[in-house]
Amino acid sequence: MSQSISIDDIEVPFESGQTIMDAALAAGIYIPHLCHNPCLKPHGSCKLCSVEVNGRSVSSCTTKAEDGQEIINNSEKLNKARLTITQMLFIEGNHLCPTCEKTGHCTLQAVAYHLGMLDGHFPQFYPKREVDASHPSIMLDRDRCILCELCVRASRDMDGKNVFAISGRGTDSHLSVNSPTGKLVDSNIDKDDLAVHICPVGAILIKEHGYEIPIGCRTFDLRSIAEIDLGDVKLSEKSQHNE
Amino acid sequence: MSIKYPYNPTNHLLHVLFEEQQRAHFISNNAIQNISKSLNLPHAQVEGVVEFYAFFHREPRGQFDILFSNCTSCGDAWLRQRLCDKLNVKLGETRSDGLVSIDQTSCIGMCDHGASLLLNNSLTITSLTAKRIDQIVKLVESSTALQEWPKHWFDISDNVHKRGLLLTEPFQPGSALKVMIEHNPPEILNEIIVSGLKGRGGAGFSTGLKWKLCREAIGDAHYVICNADEGEPGTFKDRVLLNSYADLVFEGMTICAYVIGAKQGFLYLRGEYRYLLDTLNATLQKRRETGLLGGNILGQGFDFDISIIVGAGAYICGEESALIESLEEKRGIPRIRPPFPVTQGYKEQPTVVNNVETLATVAKIVLHGHHWFESHGTNRSKGSKLLSVSGNCARPGIYEYDFGVSLQEVLNDVGAENVQAVQVGGPSGRLLGPDHFNHLISFEGLSTGGSLMIFAKHRDILALIHNFSHFFAHESCGFCTPCRVGTRLLENSMSKLCNGHSTAYDIDEIKHISALVSQYSHCGLGVSAAHPILDGLKYFQKSFEEKILKKEMEPEFDLDSELSEARAITDRDDPGAHL
Ligand SMILES: Cc1cc2nc3c(=O)[nH]c(=O)nc-3n(C[C@H](O)[C@H](O)[C@H](O)COP(=O)(O)O)c2cc1C
Ligand code: SF4
Ligand code: SF4
Ligand code: FES
Repeated sequence: MSQSISIDDIEVPFESGQTIMDAALAAGIYIPHLCHNPCLKPHGSCKLCSVEVNGRSVSSCTTKAEDGQEIINNSEKLNKARLTITQMLFIEGNHLCPTCEKTGHCTLQAVAYHLGMLDGHFPQFYPKREVDASHPSIMLDRDRCILCELCVRASRDMDGKNVFAISGRGTDSHLSVNSPTGKLVDSNIDKDDLAVHICPVGAILIKEHGYEIPIGCRTFDLRSIAEIDLGDVKLSEKSQHNE
Repeated sequence: MSIKYPYNPTNHLLHVLFEEQQRAHFISNNAIQNISKSLNLPHAQVEGVVEFYAFFHREPRGQFDILFSNCTSCGDAWLRQRLCDKLNVKLGETRSDGLVSIDQTSCIGMCDHGASLLLNNSLTITSLTAKRIDQIVKLVESSTALQEWPKHWFDISDNVHKRGLLLTEPFQPGSALKVMIEHNPPEILNEIIVSGLKGRGGAGFSTGLKWKLCREAIGDAHYVICNADEGEPGTFKDRVLLNSYADLVFEGMTICAYVIGAKQGFLYLRGEYRYLLDTLNATLQKRRETGLLGGNILGQGFDFDISIIVGAGAYICGEESALIESLEEKRGIPRIRPPFPVTQGYKEQPTVVNNVETLATVAKIVLHGHHWFESHGTNRSKGSKLLSVSGNCARPGIYEYDFGVSLQEVLNDVGAENVQAVQVGGPSGRLLGPDHFNHLISFEGLSTGGSLMIFAKHRDILALIHNFSHFFAHESCGFCTPCRVGTRLLENSMSKLCNGHSTAYDIDEIKHISALVSQYSHCGLGVSAAHPILDGLKYFQKSFEEKILKKEMEPEFDLDSELSEARAITDRDDPGAHL
């Protein structure tokens, strides 16, 4: 017997083992998300993908779909919460969009457009975060890291290298590099690793390829995050910002 | 998969790091490098653990490393300042001669003993007074070895004022196990199920059902874990059980092992209680020697052993899945659930995690039978509950009541007068005023893991709430956005409010953030982090109203005070240097 859930009153079929996010994406329904990527094991940390299942808030990327679930996704309340969470991510780090090389390719920025974010709303934390420019071709600017662990998972599970990890606790949490010196140059990272290309913000960048695509012609200048995430845009194409 | 019993705790990452911290007073890059090699763990995992737990440091600490509790019951900011002033060291810093460092830490579970501190992460001094602080200063300044410090300073009494079902009669080690072996595991399981016992750690999940699910789960090995993390401020009942009733707790673990088919158990002891470690290990050893633990228990061919793992200062490690991560030598980040520990816990194997008090109660139920237990308490809350009472009352300490006792009756017994508010269940519980004192303590009424903090009329409610907000921001593991950023925003908002800079707009903001943090956080910490604020707004509205400015808005910062650094640098303080 085929199974289905309903998302905002639309009937969505799913297969056993799929999460709500999997089922939604397959059915062409966009649920805002930042720490999720269909190629990687779900993580459930950003909480942007929160939906209401039978009245309870859950992360759709980590919650299994179950027959008959009634799910609310695109409501004013949820989008407002997502907006606030996005604002929290902006003020927690140091995001200088106009001068960031990732501008226009940045998923955080694109989600913010999607949710109608006009300001940071909260007072900035202005954290002091370390830049690692030690590697000849890869740059790590932690100022913009949103702790989504996409690079951690990509390196561990796809590249088989375990180059990145999260260290610290609470607002002191930060990305660390798995090498004796803690520097990228002393790790076994490679320019072609998925971990290098998967960062949704401008925290991991390829050196010497800045501004090859002019501002105005970039990914999210042309298409919305919802279109990109639902389309057949492949992971590698989507996250490549240096061609 | 080959699993070795018993587990040897010497090489556990947390223990190796503790030894290094004791030896070198910090954990250097080199040490991380060496430890990661010798334990065969990724460098980043070791570094991640060092930077996650509050008792490990990347910068050298003093030869005397003092951590002052900042709890509303076992902390005292004035005494802390006196210690800093007399030793001439700033809070959070190490003195330049490397002799001493002073910092603050979350509640250390000494709430019935007044102001308290941790010394070198291994000893605890309670009942601090100005005089005691001055004596400590002398010993530190003269570099007196800890062995020479007065022994009785480190004694910690139980303070049990009222004994009930659990504590009344002394317990004979082995007596519950002797009853146990008369029955097969399904019979014992049934006894626990019909007793109606619910977990004493806070959530109140049926213990029998938890064991049943674990027993039925398929795995290469099953594990039982005793959760002795007891991090909720104001809670110290598990400390007393471990100090004087350890056999009862270990017997409870052994019974659980018998039911679920475990060969290995762990006691996860919070770092703040390290002073109990040697005695607990001695009790384990004695149990092995008397055939109550280890191979072939009571000659019945049943093998089970217990190892103790000591935490390193992280409240979140009391959350059961974070605890398991910590046992697995990782940062204490709560896992995605499901799967629950009963099916995939320690090393992904079926695992029971139970509170200390729950396991102690289990042993008593097996000893006396479920009827004995059931006849106490209320319809939906069977048995008794240990309460850790602290704050403004004449007789702080442990009180054991049958469930269904009213808050007012407890307040009378402990000698609490002029009570303004009671924090029931610690900061993650409820902040209640006199209108609620007739409520009954039970799972269906006022539920509590055991913390009862009493605040008299002279206490500043906003300052208390501010203290709790600081606690949550400090203890948030940082995994999910709403809790990591939200608890920090709440702490900052409470600072602004307490400093008298908030307007009605800021109160709306606090409500907005509180709702978000409670609703969208990943685990119980975030879900309950805003409780004190929300209860404060509901029941102590006047305290908030009195503090807010009658203006539309107030700037985020005071420009004139921001210029103070520039004035100091330029050595000016004339009117022209002010705005
Ligand atoms: C942030 C947080 C901290 C917790 N701390 C403790 C603790 O210190 N001790 C404890 O027994 N349970 C604690 N718990 C509850 C445990 O997750 C778990 O429910 C409990 O250990 C189960 O034991 P029980 O069924 O015997 O109550 C905590 C939960 C959360 C969310
Ligand atoms: S560096 Fe990028 S991919 Fe990695 S955790 Fe930070 S934001 Fe995520
Ligand atoms: S709610 Fe807080 S403590 Fe729990 S996972 Fe999220 S950040 Fe960590
Ligand atoms: S996308 Fe689901 S929590 Fe981040």
